[in-house]
Amino acid sequence: MKQDKVISTILFLVALSAISGLALITVFIFKEGVPIIARVGGRQFFLSSDWDPGLGHFGIFSMIIGSVAVTAGAMVIGIVFGLGLAIVLTQFAPRTIAGMLKPAIELLAGIPSVVFGFMGVVTLVPLIRTYLGGPGLSVLASSMVLGIMVLPTITSISIDALQAVPRTYWEGSVALGATRWQTTHMVLLKAARSGIVAAAILGMGRAVGETMAVIMVAGNTLEIPRSLLDPTRTLTSNIALEMAYASGDHRQALFATGVTLFVIIMLLNTVALAVSRRRSGRGGVR
Amino acid sequence: MPDTTTQAKIEVRSFSATFGGKPVLRNIDLDVLPCERLAIIGPASSGKTTFLRCLNRLNDLCFGFARSGSILLDGKDIYSPDMDVADLRRRVGMVYAVPVPLPWSIHDNLAYGLKLAGIRDRATIDERIESALRSMVLWDEVKDRLKDPARNLSGGQQQRMCLARVLVLQPEVLILDEPCSGLDPICTAKIEDALAELKQRHSIVLVTNNTKQAARSSDRTAFFLSGELVETGPTSQVFTTPVDKRTNDYLVGAFG
Amino acid sequence: MRVSPFLSQRIVVVILWALAAITVGVLLYIIAYILIHGLPHLSLSFLTLSPEYMGRRGGVFPMVVGTLLVTGLAVLIAAPIGVATAIYLTEYTREGKMTAVIRFGADCLAGVPSIIFGLFGFVFFAITLGMGMSVISGALTLTLMVLPTIIRTSEEAIRTVPHSYREVSYGLGSTRWQMVTNVVLRSALPGICTGVVLSIGRSISETAAVMLTAGSALRLPHSLFDSSRTLALHFYILSREGISMPNAYATASVLIISILALNLVAYWLMHRFAVKVR
Repeated sequence: MKQDKVISTILFLVALSAISGLALITVFIFKEGVPIIARVGGRQFFLSSDWDPGLGHFGIFSMIIGSVAVTAGAMVIGIVFGLGLAIVLTQFAPRTIAGMLKPAIELLAGIPSVVFGFMGVVTLVPLIRTYLGGPGLSVLASSMVLGIMVLPTITSISIDALQAVPRTYWEGSVALGATRWQTTHMVLLKAARSGIVAAAILGMGRAVGETMAVIMVAGNTLEIPRSLLDPTRTLTSNIALEMAYASGDHRQALFATGVTLFVIIMLLNTVALAVSRRRSGRGGVR
Repeated sequence: MPDTTTQAKIEVRSFSATFGGKPVLRNIDLDVLPCERLAIIGPASSGKTTFLRCLNRLNDLCFGFARSGSILLDGKDIYSPDMDVADLRRRVGMVYAVPVPLPWSIHDNLAYGLKLAGIRDRATIDERIESALRSMVLWDEVKDRLKDPARNLSGGQQQRMCLARVLVLQPEVLILDEPCSGLDPICTAKIEDALAELKQRHSIVLVTNNTKQAARSSDRTAFFLSGELVETGPTSQVFTTPVDKRTNDYLVGAFG
Repeated sequence: MRVSPFLSQRIVVVILWALAAITVGVLLYIIAYILIHGLPHLSLSFLTLSPEYMGRRGGVFPMVVGTLLVTGLAVLIAAPIGVATAIYLTEYTREGKMTAVIRFGADCLAGVPSIIFGLFGFVFFAITLGMGMSVISGALTLTLMVLPTIIRTSEEAIRTVPHSYREVSYGLGSTRWQMVTNVVLRSALPGICTGVVLSIGRSISETAAVMLTAGSALRLPHSLFDSSRTLALHFYILSREGISMPNAYATASVLIISILALNLVAYWLMHRFAVKVR
């Protein structure tokens, strides 16, 4: 059918938009950012913590540490809460409560990042400052805010993973006399392990990429944080804070920061996708 | 055996089909005469449904389907490149084993085929719908609720609606794949009665697992076994004095 | 001393429910805090007046317009592209190398952080294509951001349409495109709309990307090539610079109420969706 072929071709070209968009992004970000890395030298750029655009010093090491620290903390909270909620929703919650809990989590996912950051500044930071010391604007504050922000991602993917476990596993365990929790941690969690790992990695990607909330609660200093209560600056904050007034080499260095970020997140996401695809290769439901 | 006295509506010549290389139909030679009811019987996996779906080229949608031989509708090969497949499917209307009402109103279900064919005239549409529903003895039951969801009908009514949906297009041939499976005897009887009346204007090919149904509501019967057409003949003859031993074994229930 | 499995389950259940309670508590606290501080300052005039003194007084009308323009355009462009992609992946091709590549592209795109989109939008739309910091730059950038979501939700919605519907349509003499538009899309529409609504929500909340592409002009945009500030960015600037806390809260309230409304619409759509498939 002639008409069918034409439509098919048109749709195919449109469908390439996603991949061409990705290609464009990759090309342009790298085009802007890679030259200066080459110029400054990879070692200098990635391993020096001397970031002083005025003097032409571009070392992002302290920001890499900042991102790592903040993300690690966020993961602790994100996984504990995220996985916990997933377990509650799939194993322990009666239908009515699940019906309220799920939308609540979706709503949480919809709250703008600037609002999260704001609430962090207004509520969390003073609390930390008063009871734990330090300026309040800290790795801890950032981790907590980020943890809550990535929680919905981890929850929803973990729920998918848990629900993909064949019901026969659950029935088999219960038939042997196991309690709900025993079934959960001895059978279901193991069976859903790759999906849950994928959820965590994707959550990590989200945390690394978050910008606005972190700017508001992290403190944005350039020193490498030595404790949870120290302020820090992440790769994302660096870009967002300075892009407005940067030019020339400085701007290129910010793009280079973006390249770093991009590579890290693409790696994380590819690993996550590979892990979750391995799961479906094993006969899971996809 | 092909009846050469009347021009066949559908002529199947040396037709074979494979799915992913695996043979499903082997060298079928069969005629469908105008205004007759042809029953196709046989055990599961004998190729009956596959054969039926070849008649309106629905198997084209299946990946890995390949065929050889020819199927002629009014002398024209339905697999020739210049055959309009959509038109073919309007001329050879199919009813499935499980009634599939589309998730719309009864009226929209019935009007859909006409909409696809480009018929927009309100009067024509309403007229065809009424006539099709009357043929299926469904008009009085639903005439006041044509806007209701088709899903609200009972199973038997849904199947009759699905038949009406096809009749609206005024097909020349009706092909039915076990249309009464899952229906109670009353609904089954209604459909068989409708088919008896419809055969005056259409050729009907009816695949059925129920040999008794074949015996009571068909003019000729074809017996398929493992993709082969074993025997064809007038129904009374096939059932009382089958030519092939395998036919006899199947009919007496030696296997199935 | 061996702990009885029932006891350990009890303990775990208590912990898990505590986690759930904390999460819901945080959510409610955030919403309540913003609304309590913001609603008193929210009024029709707030939404219809322009800001004065950098936002210290006045309203947020240009921001509302800016948000509507940027978000609306983004979704308007992304929806047809996303749905067409989903249709291609499900109806017009078999699973194979090409579909894997397209899906990979969409999945990766979904993982790109907003600040990178901002950088890209800045260097590509604003500079290379010469559109400048403008509504259109922001909208096109957001289009790429929401595209994966729309593709994914549309695909899921299309896949729930039973295969038998498609056969019936073909059996009645439809072409593939007729089948797709009359049967598949009609049935998948609620699910697709849910994805669109979710994308609107995401666009409204987005700050980092629009900051670098649409700019932060306070004036009402008169054309698509004017710079404009969105509500989310306005809230960020107001609160961070300490310009006006009451106005900041009011702006945030507008955001929160919009998100709540959108989530409600999405929820209602999903309900209708579930009912339809039944």
